[in-house]
Amino acid sequence: MKVLVPVKRVLDYNVKPRVKADGSGVDLSNVKMSMNPFDEIAVEEAIRLREGKNGGGVTEVIAVSVGEQKCTETLRTALAMGADRAILVQTDEKVEPLAVAKILKAIADEEGPSLVILGKQAIDDDNNQTGQMLAGLTGWGQGTFASKVELAPDSVTVTREVDGGLETEKLTLPAIVTTDLRLNEPRYASLPNIMKAKSKPLSNKTPADYGVDVTPRIKTLKVVEPGKRQAGVKVADVDELVNKLTVLGIRK
Amino acid sequence: MKTLVWVEHDGGSVKDATLSAVTAASKLGEVHLLVAGQGVDAVAQAAAQIAGVGKVHVADDAAFAHALAENVAPLVVELMGHHDAFVAPATTSGKNIAPRVAALLDVMQISDILSVEGEDTFTRPIYAGNAIATVQTSDAKKVITVRTTAFEKAAATGGSGTVEAVAASGADKGVSTFVGSEIAANARPELTSAKVIVSGGRALGSGEKFRELIEPLADKLGAGVGASRAAVDAGFVPNDYQVGQTGKIVAPEVYVAVGISGAIQHLAGMKDSKIIVAINKDEDAPIFQVADIGLVGDLFKIVPELTEKL
Repeated sequence: MKVLVPVKRVLDYNVKPRVKADGSGVDLSNVKMSMNPFDEIAVEEAIRLREGKNGGGVTEVIAVSVGEQKCTETLRTALAMGADRAILVQTDEKVEPLAVAKILKAIADEEGPSLVILGKQAIDDDNNQTGQMLAGLTGWGQGTFASKVELAPDSVTVTREVDGGLETEKLTLPAIVTTDLRLNEPRYASLPNIMKAKSKPLSNKTPADYGVDVTPRIKTLKVVEPGKRQAGVKVADVDELVNKLTVLGIRK
Repeated sequence: MKTLVWVEHDGGSVKDATLSAVTAASKLGEVHLLVAGQGVDAVAQAAAQIAGVGKVHVADDAAFAHALAENVAPLVVELMGHHDAFVAPATTSGKNIAPRVAALLDVMQISDILSVEGEDTFTRPIYAGNAIATVQTSDAKKVITVRTTAFEKAAATGGSGTVEAVAASGADKGVSTFVGSEIAANARPELTSAKVIVSGGRALGSGEKFRELIEPLADKLGAGVGASRAAVDAGFVPNDYQVGQTGKIVAPEVYVAVGISGAIQHLAGMKDSKIIVAINKDEDAPIFQVADIGLVGDLFKIVPELTEKL
């Protein structure tokens, strides 16, 4: 069976975002970009399934990215980790989750994967929507915020991280899974694998190839920095801390 | 505008997250509620008491028992025939269901709103809360999730909603089944609604030390207990303790961070707390840049002394 893994190129998670002075957005010029951390976990899980761990039966892992030409780098990273081939759906437009989900639906129709594994959210727009939207459009079951995935020939059992604890659901294949942080520890791509990834197939498409209109539905009017906190004080010892807490009425 | 609010419940009572979502929804217009589940009479009655609520739609069926998105989303879509907006708290169940609803309605969802600026304009955090975007939707129907800490809770009583049953035939779409759940036993206040939170980080070193130091302090303060991702990944506490971009977003009156350095992903989950107290041995730790009161020193000495003196 095939697994489809959508990956997104985002501002590296260690970089502190800077809001542009004109309020038009976050400054992405000359900053380090990387694969969205949740997507790395998704790629890792797909590869583990192909390696026969957590069920197995997976024969091919296809990485997909929607965005500008530079997303090729992100796809090469996925290929170096072990994905078999990649599809870049190229557009310079900022594509919203709904449009990404529609493109992924069209790719799913074409490729017929048994499983689509996505990250639970991208750390740039923090939407947490694409996987659920794709599940809605395909009518497939969705195992969101997965911390454990067990694949069987016709079903997948997903343990999900929910408020208060864990929940387990069994989904009929084909199905959608979105990854949470504790699902696995993604591997590093080795140098030989990075070299090999350069010759793996990567096809170039556009949203128009899939008949998807990517015109945004949501307009960003402005982006500002959050309110700054007042500078605090440092206290010298526990007694002083207890006094402060007492003055503030925090002591029970 | 008629707004349908997803009622988050535990089978017996309405969860606080719903009350915040009702406040956000009331800024858009008339508030209706949806109670879906199995054997939810008590919940429906409680929901009808929430101040400012009109109709309470009740869908009582085994298919809705565990709020599986596959079964719930089509139900919401049906009700959206006569509502203009769907509002859910940005809890794990809200985040699971709402985007599926949005896709079925062919609209873009607006996630985790902080404020309602107009009937189509909202603010929301992006980049782990390092930027706040004001966004305007052009979709006719709106699907919104609400950051619960950003809105006051609506009064749980004083309302007089009318309860109306929704037919639920064919509700089980047959693509997903609930297998089981493991809910962590926690006698302390729930994190997202606690007035005081004491959180521990990796510096505690072990689960034993975490329990030995953090819990007595939390008990002294009547506080909920949280943790950084590092503490969760190290296995000190279960993952539902995690505060941060990928865990819970909290905004208590007082947040006490013990042995937490203050990575941006952690700050994203707690920097709207009214007062932040930090205890850390590294005086350059980023947590001190947001802390109102900081104490530099060895937490293994400070925390027991603090617990003792409170």
